[in-house]
Amino acid sequence: MSTVTKDHAGASEVFNEDEPYVNWHDETLWFVRTKRDKSSKQLPEWEELRESASQIKHYVLSHMDGLLQTFEQKAKENGIHVHWASDGPEHNEIVLGLLKQHNIDKMVKSKSMLTEECHMNEFLIKNGIDVIDSDLGERIVQLRNEPPSHIVLPAIHLKKKDIGDLFHEHLGTEAGATDPQYLTEAARQHLRDKFLTRRAALTGVNFAVAETGSFVVSTNEGNADMGAHLADIHIASMGFEKIIPKQEHLGVFLRLLARSATGQPITTYSSHFKTPREGQEMHLIIVDNGRSTQLGREDFRNSLKCIRCGACMNTCPVYRRSGGHSYHNAVAGPIGSILAPNLDMTKNADLPFASTLCGSCSNVCPVKIDIHDQLYKWRQVLVKGGHVPKGKEIGIKAMSMVLSQPRFYQWSGKLGRSVMRAMPFVVNNSLNPWYKQRDMPEPPQESFRDWYVRNRRE
Amino acid sequence: MNYSHLKIGLFIPCYVDQFYPQVGIATLELLEKLGCTVSFPLNQTCCGQPMANSGFEHLTTGCNNLFYDSFSGFDYVVSPSGSCVLHIKEHLKVEDKPSESKILRKKVYELVEFITDVLKIDSIEADFPHRVGLHQGCHGQRGLHLSQMSELNAPAFSKPETLLRKVHGLELVDLDRKDECCGFGGTFCVSEEAVSVKMGKDRVSDHIRHNAEYITGSDVSCLMHLEGILKRRNSTVQVRHIAEILNSSISVKTVVPAL
Repeated sequence: MSTVTKDHAGASEVFNEDEPYVNWHDETLWFVRTKRDKSSKQLPEWEELRESASQIKHYVLSHMDGLLQTFEQKAKENGIHVHWASDGPEHNEIVLGLLKQHNIDKMVKSKSMLTEECHMNEFLIKNGIDVIDSDLGERIVQLRNEPPSHIVLPAIHLKKKDIGDLFHEHLGTEAGATDPQYLTEAARQHLRDKFLTRRAALTGVNFAVAETGSFVVSTNEGNADMGAHLADIHIASMGFEKIIPKQEHLGVFLRLLARSATGQPITTYSSHFKTPREGQEMHLIIVDNGRSTQLGREDFRNSLKCIRCGACMNTCPVYRRSGGHSYHNAVAGPIGSILAPNLDMTKNADLPFASTLCGSCSNVCPVKIDIHDQLYKWRQVLVKGGHVPKGKEIGIKAMSMVLSQPRFYQWSGKLGRSVMRAMPFVVNNSLNPWYKQRDMPEPPQESFRDWYVRNRRE
Repeated sequence: MNYSHLKIGLFIPCYVDQFYPQVGIATLELLEKLGCTVSFPLNQTCCGQPMANSGFEHLTTGCNNLFYDSFSGFDYVVSPSGSCVLHIKEHLKVEDKPSESKILRKKVYELVEFITDVLKIDSIEADFPHRVGLHQGCHGQRGLHLSQMSELNAPAFSKPETLLRKVHGLELVDLDRKDECCGFGGTFCVSEEAVSVKMGKDRVSDHIRHNAEYITGSDVSCLMHLEGILKRRNSTVQVRHIAEILNSSISVKTVVPAL
């Protein structure tokens, strides 16, 4: 997998070099946001649904231990093997162990952001396992040897022509083909063979129901079912926050998930898995990987309510104009920016700053996570932990000193404005990031305060 | 109606004071025309948001103290900036004065919400015979609920739009994206220069596409950013703070005493 080494601002600068492409990317995701708006406005009870979902998840976060134990017990009763992994490497070892135990060296995998987070594909491939992503978008980015740029729409950063070129190279389609029907059919045939020949299938988990010990996987392509039903061994990986208390709660979440994600009333497939079929083994790996730590952070625990719909990405004006890869984290966008610092504060210190705090993300969130408030709070945590550049710290300290002393502030303001008037080149140059593509405001002779003193105090 | 019994403190944020004094003047004159007695405490500087949004909320003690000392004696504090007002409302705290800080937070109003919710003005005789696009600052809109948010399934309303529709000759233009962020975002405008500018360009294009002659809004910071982009393009489109438009009048009906 290629990794992005630039920080968000640097990667965004590169992304913005091709403005027509940025326009296309922005419009494409805005279209998805618009579909979400239309769909959500068809339900008069939409806002109540969001509130219910948020409250159910609130209950989950405060009863996590008990719910997980109940779920494990029920799942075992259903014949599912339950494994616990404290982090990504442990999860990956469990998967590898299961495959080795069955002498399997080829596996199909449907969409799972958790396995992206654990970097499972790289690990398995290194260990001689051939992993094929069966979600079309995931397969496309896998063939390109790059991570998904969006949690629901992994290849949304690519145009039809890119797919045509890729499939021509890897699947032998005609050169220059861009017809979606033709290209999808080629992928379908290519994947059909993988489904039929793989003895192991890994799926993600959208919802795990404590009451029944069953789990639900939502897809539009039916690829999770196709993989799981044909394989001798079905492995499902879930972050522990995927738990919901009761079967009846599923209605709330399934109604919210697809409408928030793409504007569909529901995903094409909502597949319920409860018991392995005769002769099949079903394994479920419950992963922590930092979630316990996040659960312990009072200001940030609500981030674990996330159902991975991607609505916050589609609405985010920054995401739409910087692309998913600029976030250098498995989960991009606003939600990724509040999850990532928990995983690695040093590496992800830039992400909470990749936002204008406009608040649109919190408004579209189906489980009402206070995303923009958490971005603000992460900034405070990261600064206190010494994770922001020294230069920035010096600048802010100076600003604070000026603004804390009225006379000094008035004096510097006056001086600054006269310098700008007399020697505009002092600010109008390439060292000033504002000036690069924007003019500076016209510095007036008189501040408001000066005017006030002259006109209202005399 | 007469509001002269109310003690109103005018909060003019630092960058408005320094670069957009005309917005401060328009705000003051407008409030006076509407019958208010307004004073501007001379020791005020900044709400502290530039530091806090950059992660340095712990460096806002000086600003908090100045704000408290300047404004705690007023009945209301009014400011022509939704963003600064939201910051004060959410974060102002003065050491050893937790309850007093809370009381002061509640007294702070953005200009449009003050005119709408406190003064409850029926009509304003302002003249501005132009095509105007309204840019909604996110902190005013989503933070202070100056208008309904397009993300929510909830009844539409807009306080700034209602006021602008009272202005003679003013024609409000429809926008393709009526509440998308302009990309200013405080220090974001320089630390994420590329995205910030692209967001601003896209906002400006939306207004230009709909033939706006002016872009207005209740937040000077957004307008400063959009103006910087307009000027770089040599565009004829200009920015005007909503106070300047509402103040472009000869008389105000509500303060003219009945004959």
